Amino acid sequence: MKILVGYKRVVDYNVRIQVKPDGTGVVTDGVKLSANPFDDIALEEALRLREKGVAEEVVVVGIGPADLTAHLRNGLAMGANRAIHVVTTDAVQPLTAARIFQKLIEKEQPGLVILGKQAIDDDANQTGQMLAALWDRPQATFASKVEIADGKATVTREVDAGLEVIEAELPAVITTDLRLNEPRFIKLPDIMKAKSKPIDTIEFGSLGVEANDHLKTTHYAAPAKRSKGVMVKDAAELVAALKQKGLL
Amino acid sequence: MTKILVIAEHLGGKLNSSTARAVSAAAAIKPEAIDVLVLADNVDAIAADAAKIEGVSRVLTVARAENAHPLAAVLAPQIAKAATGYSHVFAPSTTFGKDVLPRVAALLGVAQVSDVMSVEGAHTFKRPIYAGNAIITVEADPNTTIVATIRTASWPAAATGANNAPVEALSVDVTLPSHTRFVELQSGKSDRPDLQSASKVVSGGRGVGSKENFDIIFKFADKIGAAVGASRAAVDAGYVPSDLQVGQTGKIIAPELYMAIGISGAIQHLTGIKDAGTIVAINKDGEAPIFEVADIGLVGDLFKIIPEMEQALA
Repeated sequence: MKILVGYKRVVDYNVRIQVKPDGTGVVTDGVKLSANPFDDIALEEALRLREKGVAEEVVVVGIGPADLTAHLRNGLAMGANRAIHVVTTDAVQPLTAARIFQKLIEKEQPGLVILGKQAIDDDANQTGQMLAALWDRPQATFASKVEIADGKATVTREVDAGLEVIEAELPAVITTDLRLNEPRFIKLPDIMKAKSKPIDTIEFGSLGVEANDHLKTTHYAAPAKRSKGVMVKDAAELVAALKQKGLL
Repeated sequence: MTKILVIAEHLGGKLNSSTARAVSAAAAIKPEAIDVLVLADNVDAIAADAAKIEGVSRVLTVARAENAHPLAAVLAPQIAKAATGYSHVFAPSTTFGKDVLPRVAALLGVAQVSDVMSVEGAHTFKRPIYAGNAIITVEADPNTTIVATIRTASWPAAATGANNAPVEALSVDVTLPSHTRFVELQSGKSDRPDLQSASKVVSGGRGVGSKENFDIIFKFADKIGAAVGASRAAVDAGYVPSDLQVGQTGKIIAPELYMAIGISGAIQHLTGIKDAGTIVAINKDGEAPIFEVADIGLVGDLFKIIPEMEQALA
C-alpha cells in the first residue's frame, strides 16, 4: 500500500504572530517557517505503518512556491520515500487543496491519505473532510489511534463526548490529532540521504484544477486585549473578590 | 431570499446546547427563516427540544437507523440534499460540526467559513486564525450556498421555552455509503457540568503534579458547582483524560468564571479561554504568562490556597 501525506509549511507554532498595522495581513517576512505540527504527526504515523509492513511507500505532498522544495526535503529526511511538489505562488484554500489531492490520488492510487486535522495558520480544519467527500471514501478525523488490518482502518477519534471508535474501509482519509504519536527527530545522516530522494514537481496549472475563490479575506485585525487584572494576596481576598462579582 | 438550515447536534437522544448557539448566529443575519435539521434514529425527543428554541421556524427530521451515530460520510449526503433552497447551512464548531460540515461543503462544491465569531452581514463574517492571534473578516460569494461552522464560545444559546415550531419529517432520497461504521463511544462519564457549556470551570495544569493530586481540583470544582478542565500538559502527563483539555487543540470555552490552577498559560491554552468572563490564575510562579490575561491573580502554592478557599467558603 502507498500512503500520501499532506505536508504544509506554516509559520512556526512558537512565533507570536503580528498583524500588519494596515490590516492587510500578518507579518510573515523573516519569520521562522516549519512543518504544520499536525502534518509531522501524519508523516510519523505513515512511517510507523511502513515500519510495521502495512505500507510500502510514503509520499509527502506539498503545495506552494518554488522554495518549498527545501521544506519537502525535511519530510524526506524524516523518512518519506519521495515527495510531490505542486507549484503555485497563490495561497490555496482548503477546497482547492482537496481538489489537488483528488487529482494526485487518481494518478497515485494510494491506499490511505493522512493529513493533519488542521493547519495552525488558517485553522480551517476542512481539507481532509473535503477530500474524503470528493473522493467518495470514508473519513476518520481527529485520530488518536490507528490500526490497519483486513483492508480496513479501526480509528479512535478524539470527540467532545470522549473517544469514538469507527471502522473505515480502505482507501480512506485520516486526519491526525495531537495525541496520535510523537514525531521523530531528523538525524544528520538522514538529511544527507534525503538529498538523493526524488521530488516530482507539478505545475498547479497542469492539473486542471479550478481554483476556488468563494471566500475573500478583506481585513486582518489583532484580537481585543483583555484589560489588566489585579493581584490579590491570599485565598480569603480571592474568595471575597469573587463573591463581590457574584461568581461564588 | 435568506433561509438558514441549522444542523442539530445531539447525543444520547438529547439536543446539545451547541445547536441553540448556532441558532443565535443564524438569527444575527435576520433571515426569513431558520430551520433546524435533526438526523437521528429516534428523532422525536430531539426535535421537540429543537422546536422550543426561540427563532426556529421549522424543525425538519430524517429518522433512519443509519443516523443512529454521527458518521460524517453517512450524514453529509443527506445534509447536502436537504440544503437545496437554503442560502446558508450552519453547524456548531464542535467536533461534530467540524467533522461533517466540510464534507457537506465539498459535496455542494463551495468553500466553508470555519469558526464564525461574529456576523457582519449575510455574507460577511469574522473568524480567528493563528490560534486566535489574528481575527479576519471574510466575504463569501453571495451567489453560492454559505456553509459555516459557528464558534460556540462566541455565541450565547438562543432562549428556549416560548417557541413551538412545527416539526416535519423530511424525505431525502439518497443512497448512503456503508464503508464507514460506528464501533463504540468511550465517554468520560461524569455527573459534573459539561465543560463546554458550564458557567464555571476549574482547570488544573502540570503544577498539580500527579493524577492523585488532581482530586483536589475535582473536589474544589464540585464544591463550587464547576466543570473540570485541564491544560495539555496535564493531559499529556496522564493526570486526566484528553476530553478535559482546554485550548487550541482541545475545547474552546467561554464560562463566566475560569480558574486556572497550576497552569502556566501557553498560547495554545490561552486561545481556549480568551472569551471567558473572569479569569482567575493561581500559580506559584509570579512570572507565569497566565497572569497577563488573568483578571484576578494569586501567587502561591495551590495545595495551600485551595483548602484555604474551601475554608473561606464553608
